[in-house]
Amino acid sequence: MTAPLARSEHIMSDSFLELRSIAKTYPGVIALDGVSLSLGRGEVLGLIGENGAGKSTMMKILGGVVAPTSGSIIIDGVEHAQLTVSQATAAGIAFVHQELNLFENLDVAANVLIGREPGWGGFLRLVDEKTLHARVKPLLNRLGVDFGPSDMVENLSIAQKQMVEIAKALSLDARVIIMDEPTSSLTLTETDRLLEVIADFQRHGVATIYISHRLGEVKTCCDRAVVLRDGRVVGGLAKEELTHAAMARMMIGRDLKSLYLPPRAPPNSTGLVVSDLITDAFPDRTVTLSVRRGEILGLAGLIGSGRTSVAQTIFGAQPALGGSLTLDGAACSATSPRDAIEKGIYLIPEDRKRTGLILDFPIAHNISLADLQNYCEGALIVGEREQQAAETQRRALKIKTPSVETAAVTLSGGNQQKVVLGKWLSMRPNVLIFDEPTRGIDVGAKGEIYEIMRTLADSGVAILMISSDMEEVIGVSDRIAVMHEGRISGFLERDAFSEHNVLMLAVGHEIHEETAAHA
Amino acid sequence: MLKKELGLALLILLIGGVTALINPQFISQVNLLNLANQIGLFGLFALGEGFVIITSGIDLSIGSMLALLGVIFLDLLVNHDMGWPLALLITVAGGGILGFIHGTLITRLKLQPFVVTLCGLLLYRGIARWYTQDSTQGFGYATDYDKLEWLMSGRTFDVPHTFIFLLIVAAILSVVLHKSMFGRYLFAVGKNEEAARYSGIPTARIITVAYLLAGLLTGLSSMFFVFYTQSVSPSAHGNFYELYAIAAAVLGGCSLRGGEGSIVGIVLGMVLLQVLQNLVNILGIPSSLNFAVMGAVILLGVIADRELQRRRQHRIAQVTAEVRALARQSAGAPA
Repeated sequence: MTAPLARSEHIMSDSFLELRSIAKTYPGVIALDGVSLSLGRGEVLGLIGENGAGKSTMMKILGGVVAPTSGSIIIDGVEHAQLTVSQATAAGIAFVHQELNLFENLDVAANVLIGREPGWGGFLRLVDEKTLHARVKPLLNRLGVDFGPSDMVENLSIAQKQMVEIAKALSLDARVIIMDEPTSSLTLTETDRLLEVIADFQRHGVATIYISHRLGEVKTCCDRAVVLRDGRVVGGLAKEELTHAAMARMMIGRDLKSLYLPPRAPPNSTGLVVSDLITDAFPDRTVTLSVRRGEILGLAGLIGSGRTSVAQTIFGAQPALGGSLTLDGAACSATSPRDAIEKGIYLIPEDRKRTGLILDFPIAHNISLADLQNYCEGALIVGEREQQAAETQRRALKIKTPSVETAAVTLSGGNQQKVVLGKWLSMRPNVLIFDEPTRGIDVGAKGEIYEIMRTLADSGVAILMISSDMEEVIGVSDRIAVMHEGRISGFLERDAFSEHNVLMLAVGHEIHEETAAHA
Repeated sequence: MLKKELGLALLILLIGGVTALINPQFISQVNLLNLANQIGLFGLFALGEGFVIITSGIDLSIGSMLALLGVIFLDLLVNHDMGWPLALLITVAGGGILGFIHGTLITRLKLQPFVVTLCGLLLYRGIARWYTQDSTQGFGYATDYDKLEWLMSGRTFDVPHTFIFLLIVAAILSVVLHKSMFGRYLFAVGKNEEAARYSGIPTARIITVAYLLAGLLTGLSSMFFVFYTQSVSPSAHGNFYELYAIAAAVLGGCSLRGGEGSIVGIVLGMVLLQVLQNLVNILGIPSSLNFAVMGAVILLGVIADRELQRRRQHRIAQVTAEVRALARQSAGAPA
């Protein structure tokens, strides 16, 4: 498909990098569906879109990490079906990752020229430290940083580490530097400094692809922006068209299928109340929210907005730096998951393979694990009770497996998630926290999990659901809280649910009364 | 899972059979009972090491601890005229305390098990040598411990008490490891400590108890060894014994990555090790080759196990595919 890109003749003629109808499909998922874009020398291109719009996949294709299913990549007029990592590097494509890829135990110079160290001593291949540092020094000078080539990376701030990554990119003679959410952990001054560096690149003919949820920054530093949605380019905006409203309008705007199952009764007034909670991730922000019994509260926000930290802190897996928690009016702060579990507060974690399940254990042993004393006669576990409980959950949750003795590792994502759920459901939950409940789960199982959530809520459980899937947040929640940079930027009642409203709050914008009412 | 143990038992029978064919002395009653004694002596602390390895840890301090606790036990008995029941209690408790300290350092200060117990290895050996001024300790003129001596190194119906004791302890620990909550938690923590914590398991306590148990068993062992050797030479007593324990556990199916192992396996592992040592003597192989034979057999064992593992992985992949296909079919039907 062709996308109406706003690009001037000048840029067209100058473009050195072009993606033509790139598609990438994974089994059951279309990540990219015919994406085209081009980049000129020294151009700053904003790339925006919601979580899961396909930005990362596109960048992985550019970096040579992932091969596209179809389409071509044109570099300096040469067409490639796919790139290798070394081809991408040779073409001058460099990355500054969201999670920085630096060796903390080495100094700045060693990091910048890692794998390309100047040597001496013939076959001994000793590292020529002097030349190494001398080569890195001018790069750092050009970036105007306040640290030297011999500083240890572990002692640098995040902003400084990012500059090391950028120096690394420069040392590779980068022609385009791709920055993925570069400012997500920077202070305002640091952000300004970064934008200055980008402007300097522009003057020297180094292009930047700037991926960010922060529309203000995109507006400030980009020459134009391309908007991705559901794996497609939905449009381009020229410099003068870059306004918040225009960008947001393009990022959303699809009809959401209604998944909503209304609650059988209005929610209780009691439940979980979180007051002024301070988490490790954002020590200078507080979170206040409440989840009533019988309701599903959706917790929306962009990745990195601090939602998972809130969940982990309520569950006691991360320490709370401040604030209080009550359940039905009684204090329920937890200093360990064990504490929280005793109070009937359970977490279905985001990363079920790492924290949700013991993959090599049979299904039955996973289900009994958190409540083992109830399966015991004296000090010994009664295998039959475990089997029975597991069978009960297997039937109730429709876990598809030949036997409850099967190791959890053999199950599909959806069925693994049901096993995690089964573990908690056998224990009478008061509060259930779902962190990305349907990530990596196929559509059929998704519907089943939503049904289970609603049944649980109807039975009086307070449910907090973190989700980055807009369809899920709007479709499943009774109420939505939106987080932005560690705080709750707003609550939405059902009549104000819209992708636009959630997104506006997620990027840190206040919603005016009339907009909320309107939507 | 019992396949591994069965394989190990068959291997022992095979090696034993071949040895017996070459030299029938191997299956003489004297030799077998002697072998049983060795197995009993070494098996006891190997069980403790097994528990630690299942938590994905390691205990390198066992040999030194045997020397230190042996020295203390003799000192209490000989130089302080302490009654043997109290001396026994203090020695076992001493082992427990050292193990508890290891566990606490590992779980609370987040130190690596290898480092903590390596320091233990050096510390305890050093203290034992310093305390005795490097001189060999014996029973001297001490008396009044005949009962204990009979218990620890005697025989009933010709069967050495060390072996009987090992069987009793192994039976108890087998129930603990394979049937109790603690055992289940041990495997859970060893396989995936994070997931265990997220299921409300007190992971730090479980790991600490494993080291404590290893210490207690080493404390018990130290007295069996004192009565076996009749004296303790502080610089040599128990040298390398932790490595025997690790070797037995690994041969018996414990993974150093944690979360795998069985009591039967560990005991059989120690049986194999002792059979190998014995066979070197019986077959007239130069005893200097002792370690080399052990090393070679363990290496072969591990390689064979790797191969079995690979096949099992393959099998798991097959089952996974089948399970998912089944799930898809039944999912497809109602839709």
